[in-house]
Amino acid sequence: MARRPAVRSLIQLKRSSPLPGFRFSLGFTWLYLTLIVLLPLAAIITRSLRGGSAQFLHAISTPRVEAAFRVTLASALLASAVAAVFGFLVAWVLARYNFPGRRIVDALIDLPFALPTAVAGISLTSLYSEKGWIGRFLDPRGIHVAFTQTGIVLAMSFVSLPFVVRSVQPVLEEIDTAMEEAAASLGANDWQVFARILAPVSLPALVTGAALAFARAAGEYGSVIFIAGNMPMKTEIAALLVVTKLEEYDYTGASAIAVAMLALSFVVMLSLNLLQWRLQRKEGKRI
Amino acid sequence: MKSLVQPRIGPVRRSSHTTTMTRVFLVVAALSFVALFLVLPLVAVFAQAFAHGWRIYVDAIRQKDVLAALHLTLLVAAIAVPLNVVFGIAASWAITRFDFIGKNLLVSLIDIPLAVSPVVAGLMYIELFGLHGWLGPWLSQHNLRIVFAVPGLVLATIFVTFPFVARELIPFMQAQGSDEEEAAVVLGAGGWSIFWRVTLPNIKWALLYGTILAASRSIGEFGAVSVLSGHIRGRTVTLPLEVEMLYNEYNFTAAFAAASLLSLAAVITLIVKKAIELISGVHTPPYKEDFAE
Repeated sequence: MARRPAVRSLIQLKRSSPLPGFRFSLGFTWLYLTLIVLLPLAAIITRSLRGGSAQFLHAISTPRVEAAFRVTLASALLASAVAAVFGFLVAWVLARYNFPGRRIVDALIDLPFALPTAVAGISLTSLYSEKGWIGRFLDPRGIHVAFTQTGIVLAMSFVSLPFVVRSVQPVLEEIDTAMEEAAASLGANDWQVFARILAPVSLPALVTGAALAFARAAGEYGSVIFIAGNMPMKTEIAALLVVTKLEEYDYTGASAIAVAMLALSFVVMLSLNLLQWRLQRKEGKRI
Repeated sequence: MKSLVQPRIGPVRRSSHTTTMTRVFLVVAALSFVALFLVLPLVAVFAQAFAHGWRIYVDAIRQKDVLAALHLTLLVAAIAVPLNVVFGIAASWAITRFDFIGKNLLVSLIDIPLAVSPVVAGLMYIELFGLHGWLGPWLSQHNLRIVFAVPGLVLATIFVTFPFVARELIPFMQAQGSDEEEAAVVLGAGGWSIFWRVTLPNIKWALLYGTILAASRSIGEFGAVSVLSGHIRGRTVTLPLEVEMLYNEYNFTAAFAAASLLSLAAVITLIVKKAIELISGVHTPPYKEDFAE
């Protein structure tokens, strides 16, 4: 390594490792990151702001765009709530109870990650349309899922379920059962043990999972567009509107919506990192 | 931040206090939910694909367009996945073996693609390489096509699978530490021989795990490639896009037949993933304590 000591201390702090490949690996990492992620990100942000902030705000405040964001956010919020409730249940059962097929169920949890979104979309649509296996029972009772907002929530819950399970499951596996047993021996019933001991301990993980679920649901496209019906003002999601604007050659409009979506998910991710950072500091762990 | 995909399943901790009633109720509720919510959509794909019998199914997947789409999907994955594997190894080597300014920033930036909607990802490349984009005029002068052509599909796929390998390797290599590699240096080993003889054997399972996740997502990616594809049959249509096109043409049996190939890939992914977890202990508790990034 022929690097001058001054430069080395500037780039490489604290401890100089005897291992080779520092400059090459770091250089390649930054180069690849810049080409694949940072440059395109800069391109879309500058495009959306090209006409000034007034034009940007105008582009994202038309009634149709506002409606799309309302539908997207409300559906994503509901979907993350559904994923949180059922995800917690599944994580709990996987972490605590032994039953035949436990490993298979555990593997199946990742199905929504592995199954292409378009496949999930057409399959859910076929299940919940009026002639579908599930739809034929729900439709006569006035519960319409396909081509309504309920369908959007369903598809979003499907894709975001694993985020909750995989966030909560390791935490539930780690909880020391002694505390629960102590509580139970002092006369607490199942519900009290859950509410006073388990819920507080697993809450941060549940919030993390639900936030990841929300972020994924808000940006979801493939699984939603088939079941949504895609009626402007009613069942049109923001991601679809980006595509529609693009097909109309309205690049500025498409970029403005896209940047608003980016801002939303960055805010969610940033708050999550902040939450985890504070929790880790509270526990006195190193970051 | 913890890995998004961390299916570690440890030993069951028995809690003696819950009543059998509660236990049975919760297990039955969870299993019914999984069956209805996860398994049924998977079963429905195959049921619809075979609704009109084997022969129609085989004819459907032997259509010229479907085969071309399958070929393109595999080609795109074959380019995108190795590039991200190289990136993942380089990034985790730099991050876990050295201290440098901006390390935390770098780790956060690697996660960006996970927070970006696939559609937005596709649009980003249009703004960069499209006719009205930053590099569009230069590209068209030199007769290079990225948007609405195969390179665009590859870029979109690289973007959506960008962090997968790195996110598996970083916590794993962090937990392993660099003692063995430093010993190799002291004993006089060169860079490549350290990598091939020490590092690679140590990280092979985590690397394979990340690669499988990246490959699975590459094959199934829809939103980002949809924006960049242009939907030219036989040329820029990947298998998930072919599923969409067949479905929108009301050719449901063919759409589900094509979808069944992708579902099969998904099921294989889940099985291989689980097998790696069971064989290697990747994603099982021992290194959990050192997980803090």
